[in-house]
Amino acid sequence: MRALYALYSDPDAAQRAVNALKTAAGSLGIADRQIVVVTAEPFDGYDFSDEHAESPMFLIASFTGILGGLVGYWLTRFTQVSYPLPTGGMPIVPPWTNAIIVYELTMLGAIAGTVITLLVMAGLPQFGESLSDPEVWHGKILVGVTEPPEKARPELEKHLRQAGASEVKATA
Amino acid sequence: MEKTSEQIRADLLRPLFSTGPGYWTAVAIAASMVLAGVFAFCYQVYNGIGVWGLNSPVFWAFDITNFVFWIGISHAGTLISAILRLCNAGWRRPVTRCAEAITVFALSIGAIVPICHLGRPWLFYWMVPYPSERHIWPNFRSPLAWDFIAISTYLTGSTLFLFLPIIPDCAAARDLTRGWRRKLYSLLSLGWQGTPRQWHRLETAMHIMAIAIIPVAVSVHTIVSWDFAMTPVPMWHSTIFGPYFVVGAIFSGVAALILAMALLRKFLRLDEYLQPIHFDHLGKLLLTMSLLWVYFTFAERLTTWYGNDPSEMAVFWSSIRQQFAPLFWTMVVCNFIIPFPFLAIKKLRTITGTVIASTTIVAGMWIERFLIIVPSLEHKYLPYSWGTYRPTWVEITLMVAGFGMMALLYLLFSKLVPMISMWELEAGVRKAPAVPRHVVSLKPRPATGIAESEPFATDLSR
Repeated sequence: MRALYALYSDPDAAQRAVNALKTAAGSLGIADRQIVVVTAEPFDGYDFSDEHAESPMFLIASFTGILGGLVGYWLTRFTQVSYPLPTGGMPIVPPWTNAIIVYELTMLGAIAGTVITLLVMAGLPQFGESLSDPEVWHGKILVGVTEPPEKARPELEKHLRQAGASEVKATA
Repeated sequence: MEKTSEQIRADLLRPLFSTGPGYWTAVAIAASMVLAGVFAFCYQVYNGIGVWGLNSPVFWAFDITNFVFWIGISHAGTLISAILRLCNAGWRRPVTRCAEAITVFALSIGAIVPICHLGRPWLFYWMVPYPSERHIWPNFRSPLAWDFIAISTYLTGSTLFLFLPIIPDCAAARDLTRGWRRKLYSLLSLGWQGTPRQWHRLETAMHIMAIAIIPVAVSVHTIVSWDFAMTPVPMWHSTIFGPYFVVGAIFSGVAALILAMALLRKFLRLDEYLQPIHFDHLGKLLLTMSLLWVYFTFAERLTTWYGNDPSEMAVFWSSIRQQFAPLFWTMVVCNFIIPFPFLAIKKLRTITGTVIASTTIVAGMWIERFLIIVPSLEHKYLPYSWGTYRPTWVEITLMVAGFGMMALLYLLFSKLVPMISMWELEAGVRKAPAVPRHVVSLKPRPATGIAESEPFATDLSR
């Protein structure tokens, strides 16, 4: 993957770099999705981070939870009706005890839905090439552009340096 | 002086690479305990379940005691971690992973015990509802089927709850290591990059999981209590059993967590991260649970005594002043008399104090599980059916193997994954200046100058 990036110690400097790149994106011929920020921890309160805050994860988890509950209801009812046992006058499909299974499968549905949504929305698993630098794990914030146009490289480098980067790196 | 991001990562990744002889000695001891258990299990499978001390009227004893005990221990982790996450308690950061790992391992061990109890354990999959030629599907009216579903749900949820925050740490290990470790962590990190979008999704997912896992955790031990409460056996058929078991589970779980943290602190040299203040906070929680446990125990016994039902009184007196009295009073001493001063008096609520209290509580809670089960079964309604129970070497060996397996899994896990979540800790360090001064003491820093008796030592130089 070809990329041009810089590392910042300070999240404010990283924010300046992201802002500068976004402002100049049109004139440099790069799209917003080419601007990459990589951090070793979540940075709440910064625009480069909070722009992704909205997600339908809660909604999906609720939906999969309801789905799990319905599966639980079907499973218990189907089993008890298909293989009836002597119950001594008690109901063949007892709502009190079945509620326990319905409850557990509701929660399991919500949990499974959450994890699957996370994997899909975070693009995991993804074993292809991605922009990263070991320095990120030492507290640096990586701001870069993937597949930058050749003619825009000097201008991009200037923006990254002006935001406070001491060094700009490139990957072939 | 505060630790830098680089120092934190170096400290927390160090146990993955450097291993002393003490570690391998501990692994060897734990592995030999497990091997002894494997031998006992094979002996039992070959000779039949008659090699256990079970006989009419006691058909459940050590095995179900161990089952309830380990399911209880499992409540330390995911439940506490989820509550602290939702409360946004800053001090949780070094504690959560140690706790969540306890849940997964204790739950797995607990789930193995009923399988050992099956006459033909290799047919345990008959509990799984799937269409088959046998036309035998689980009886969902049975508490044992509830157990299966509840424990499966909790184990799945807890494993995912443990695994999700590990992904970014595996990504760090992937980028900072070479050779086979790099390959292993590449696989475990699932290609994690660390983009803002990924962080947001992970944090949202953890939040939802925390909300979902708390009611599951409560339901699991309630359902375990219903294994007993749904049965008309003296002193079992009680509405108090659900909350009583949940309180007991959290009680024993927090004690186990304190013990695990103390061992990690000592053997992985994490004393700069697992500080006296963490033991102090958990000690307060343990004190609350100890008082709740005394309250429930007293309420249960008082109601029985006041009702004066002959069949229940037979069980009551057997545990208070007859053959089980030594165990009963040992339990009271272990769960309340010894821990109370160590946890209630601030000067005694040190690391050493909380560890002493936790050790006695873990022992006391095992005895409590035993006393719930065996005296009731020995004294059912008709005196002609009364009997006694003595455990055999097979049951004792399997119990010891459970503790060995817990230790072994924990040791191996600590070699594979940082026992403290690096990214959560760093995020906490970064946010700490924005929080009130008294919370600054939660930030990791060199241990020099911090006395163990100063749980609220504060960096006043700030």
